Amino acid sequence: MSTLTPVGGSALLPGRPAVSLRSNRPRHGETFVRFLLRVAAILTIVITGGILIALLVPSIEFFRTVSVFDFLFGDRWAPRFADASFGVLPLVTATAWTSGIALLVAIPLGLGAAVFLSEYAKPGLRKVLKPVLEILAGIPTVVFGLFALQFVQATVFRGLFDLDTGAFSVLAAGLVMGVMIVPTIASISEDAMSAVPLSMRQGSAALGANRMQTTVRVVFPAALSGIIAAIVLGVSRAVGETMIVAIAAGGQARIVTGPLEQGQTMTGFIANAALGDSRVGSLEYDTLFAVGLLLFLVTLLFNFISIRFVRRFREIY
Amino acid sequence: MPTKTRAASYTTGSDQKPTIHFPAEHAERSAALPTVPNAIIECKDVNVYYNAFRAVTGVDLSFGSKEITALIGPSGCGKSTLLRSLNRMNDLIDGARVEGSVTFQGEDIYHKEVDAIEVRRRIGMVFQKPNPFPKSIYDNIAYGPRVIGLKASNMDDLVEEALTRAALWPEVKDKLKQSAFGLSGGQQQRLCIARTIAVKPDVILMDEPCSSLDPIATSRIEDLMYELREDYTIIIVTHNMQQAARVADRTAFFTALASEETGDRTGLLVEYDLTKKIFESPADQRTEDYISGRFG
Ligand SMILES: Nc1ncnc2c1ncn2[C@@H]1O[C@H](COP(=O)(O)OP(=O)(O)O)[C@@H](O)[C@H]1O
Ligand SMILES: [Mg+2]
Repeated sequence: MSTLTPVGGSALLPGRPAVSLRSNRPRHGETFVRFLLRVAAILTIVITGGILIALLVPSIEFFRTVSVFDFLFGDRWAPRFADASFGVLPLVTATAWTSGIALLVAIPLGLGAAVFLSEYAKPGLRKVLKPVLEILAGIPTVVFGLFALQFVQATVFRGLFDLDTGAFSVLAAGLVMGVMIVPTIASISEDAMSAVPLSMRQGSAALGANRMQTTVRVVFPAALSGIIAAIVLGVSRAVGETMIVAIAAGGQARIVTGPLEQGQTMTGFIANAALGDSRVGSLEYDTLFAVGLLLFLVTLLFNFISIRFVRRFREIY
Repeated sequence: MPTKTRAASYTTGSDQKPTIHFPAEHAERSAALPTVPNAIIECKDVNVYYNAFRAVTGVDLSFGSKEITALIGPSGCGKSTLLRSLNRMNDLIDGARVEGSVTFQGEDIYHKEVDAIEVRRRIGMVFQKPNPFPKSIYDNIAYGPRVIGLKASNMDDLVEEALTRAALWPEVKDKLKQSAFGLSGGQQQRLCIARTIAVKPDVILMDEPCSSLDPIATSRIEDLMYELREDYTIIIVTHNMQQAARVADRTAFFTALASEETGDRTGLLVEYDLTKKIFESPADQRTEDYISGRFG
C-alpha cells in the first residue's frame, strides 16, 4: 500500500539491513561554534572575577588600617587631611540624594512613557517615538552634566527662581540624571509590556475593563519581572553615574541634609581622587577601592532584593 | 452555481466606493430571511473593513434572545470578524471599521454616545484559545466584577456561583489560590466561560471555543452551553458542523466570494434558518455543498 521506503531501510522490517542511529558524519562546524560560545561564557566569568579581585585586594589592605565600623558609620570624610578620617557617610548621603531624586523623576516618567508607547500609542507613532527615546539614551553623560551645571543650577535655580543655593546642588544633578535614566527604564519596560500576549488584553476588554484597568491589573503584573529589571538597571545607573555628579553635584564631602546643598558622591570622589597623584599602594590609593567595593555591594544588594521581589510577585503568562 | 449568474452590484458608502459584483441569489434571499422572534441583537447591512479591505459585506442577521445561534462557513469568510463587531471588540484592531447598524436591545451599539466598555460588559466573549490571566483561579473570576465595580456583597459567593455555573467548581474548589495556568486546556476554557458569566452579561459570544480542545472537553463545553442557554443568549462560531447541529437553535451559513473587479474575497451571509432546516433541507446549493462536505 505504502510507496514510502525508509532511506537505508529499518531494522524493524524483516529483510532489511540494520542501520545504526549513530551519526557517521563529523560535525566540525557545530563543535567549533560550541567551543566559541563556551569560551565567551567562561571569559565573562573570569573577567568579572578579575574585577572583583582587583577591588578586593586593595580594599583588604585599606581595612587593615581603617576599621569597617569607622568606615561605614563615620560621618567625616577627609582622606587627604593630616588628621585623616574615613567615615564614608557623607559620600553615601550625597549618592542617596542624587540617586533618590533621579529615581523619583525617572521611574514615574519612564513607566508612564512605557505605558503610553505600549498600550496607547498607535503603531505609527510608536515606530517614531521608540528610536527617539533610544537616541536620548545615547547622549554622552558629560553633556547632561554641563546642562545640569550651567542651565539647571545656574540659569534656572539661581537665575530664574533665585534659590538659596551655591554653584552646585544635588537637586540639579539628580533631576538631570533622572532625565538621563528615563529612556533606559522606558525602553526596557516597554519591551516587557509589549511581550504580554494580546489575548490577555482582549480577555480583559471583553469583561468590560477599560484600557487603564487592563494596563494596571493585567499587563503590568504580567510584565512585572521586566519592569523590575528596568527599575533595577535604573537604580544601578543612578548609583553608578559619575560624570553628571562630578560636574554638577559638588566636590566637598559633607553630610547632605537638603536638596539644594552640594555634596560629593561616592562616584564623584573616585573620579576626583583617581585623577590625583595617589601612589599605588598608599592608603589614599586603597581608599578608592574601598569606596568602589561599597558601590559594587550596594548595586549587588539591589539586584538581590529585586530578584526576591520578582520571584514573589510575578505572574507568568 | 446552480441558478442563473446574473450579477448584482453592491456599492458601499465609503470614500473608496469599491463596486463588487455578486451573484444575485444573495440579495433575493436576504429579503426572504425568516424573522427571528424576540431578537436581542440585530445587524442591518453590516459591512466590516480592515482599512480598505472589506472582510464582511451586507449582513442582515438577527439573534434570538436566549437562543444559541451558530455561525458556520469556510475559513476566512468573516465569521470572527462579524462576531467581534457584535461587541465592539473590533475597536481594538487598528484599521477595523464597521458600517451599517448593529443594535442591542434596540440600541445602536455604534452610536457615538454609546460606551464600548458598557457594550462589552453586556456582551461578553470567549476566545478560540483559552486566555486565562496569569493570576489565581479565584482572581481570574473576581477580575471582571472588580473592574466593573459590581457590588458583590460577597465575592467568595460570586466566584463559587460562576464556577458552579461553568461546571468547574468541583474540580477547582480546593485550589482556588493556585495559578489558572495549572489547569488543563478544557478547564481553562471553562474558567474563561466562568469569568465571563461572573460579570452577568446578557449575551456570550464564543469564537470557536472548542477548537483547541479534545472531544471530551468539547462535549463538556457543549453541555455547558446548553445549560447556559436558559439564562444567556449565545452566539458561537464553529468549524465543527456536528457541533452546530448539536447545540444551535439557528444556524447562519457564510461564504467568501471574490469580487469580479478587485479579486478580493469578502464574506457574505448565504443562508440563515433554524438549524434543523439548514442541515436537513438547505435552500441554497452552496449551503448544501458545504454541509455535506462537498464544498470546493
Ligand atoms: N486583524 C485583521 N487585519 C486585517 N485583516 C484581517 C484581520 N482579521 C481578519 N482579517 C481578514 O478578514 C477576513 C475574514 O477573517 P476572519 O473573520 O478571521 O474569518 P473566519 O473567522 O471566518 O475564518 C480574512 O480575509 C482575514 O484575512
Ligand atoms: Mg475565525
